[in-house]
Amino acid sequence: MGEVAVIQYPGSNCDLDALEILRDVLKARTDLVWHKDLAHDDYGAYVLPGGFSYGDYLRAGAIAATSPSLRIVKEAAEGGKPVLGICNGFQILVEAGLLPGAVLRNSTLRFVCAWTRLRVETTRTPFTNRAERGQVLEIPIAHNEGRYYLDKDQVPNLERNQQIVFRYVNEEREPTDDANPNGSVDNIAGICNQTGNVMGLMPHPERASLEVLSPDNQADGRVIFDSMIRALRGTGG
Amino acid sequence: MTPGSYVVEVIVENKPLARDPEGETIHQNLILKGGYNQVVGVRAGKLLRMNVEANSPEDARAIVRKLSDDLRIYNPAAHTIQIRVVG
Repeated sequence: MGEVAVIQYPGSNCDLDALEILRDVLKARTDLVWHKDLAHDDYGAYVLPGGFSYGDYLRAGAIAATSPSLRIVKEAAEGGKPVLGICNGFQILVEAGLLPGAVLRNSTLRFVCAWTRLRVETTRTPFTNRAERGQVLEIPIAHNEGRYYLDKDQVPNLERNQQIVFRYVNEEREPTDDANPNGSVDNIAGICNQTGNVMGLMPHPERASLEVLSPDNQADGRVIFDSMIRALRGTGG
Repeated sequence: MTPGSYVVEVIVENKPLARDPEGETIHQNLILKGGYNQVVGVRAGKLLRMNVEANSPEDARAIVRKLSDDLRIYNPAAHTIQIRVVG
């Protein structure tokens, strides 16, 4: 059994990218697991990859959220194991109730595919423990439904509980409207649960984890997977 | 009421405080541009029409209400729903 399971749903299409980074680049023992085959909580961490599970029908992530695999993921999350949702994986975690809020259609009404700057807002999670607070990571987004929504009066709670992990920022590292690609409340790009071990983000770190994939030869996304693997092996922090 | 097949509609839309860019665009760029200034607001949503076998229209509505909550036909963090029996 591997250390990490990348869970594949019908319509996942970033699963192999995540697998390659984890298995081939970071040398973590990683299995690609079909969602119906995930019967027990046998792994140390779980990744829900990007894609268009069930065609985004009803709402992005809403149908995959009812997959039996989510029961295993919930069990793992309650046990404190790292669970990472990327793009559609983030949407699934929100729809399954593992993360608060909703992810709605972009305010531009357009599919946005672009490189974004993400400011690390907390390093308390197993996904950011190797990063620095305030550090800016350049990681691309590619989505039509990425507008993170939470009632405005609930956002201060999220902030207070250090559940906002990433914000979209400009070159001056400020979360301005211009830097917000999809209309997310408070420029939120990624959040975690209260204990910090479940995180979802719209940007795709697996597409920014090899220098060759980046326009400026950086591999900023790798720190997220690197942090997770080190946390998993008890060498993080 | 007689047992039978009922048509039940579920309308899902964003909560009033959650912006609805599709409705705003339809309003601004189609309806107002077309001269229909009497229309002061538009909300876009999703309609699901279900054929439900039940003992009465009330039962049909209750079944759809329950499944909407159980299966999260809407996300209560961002959406509201209306359920109505139309036939």
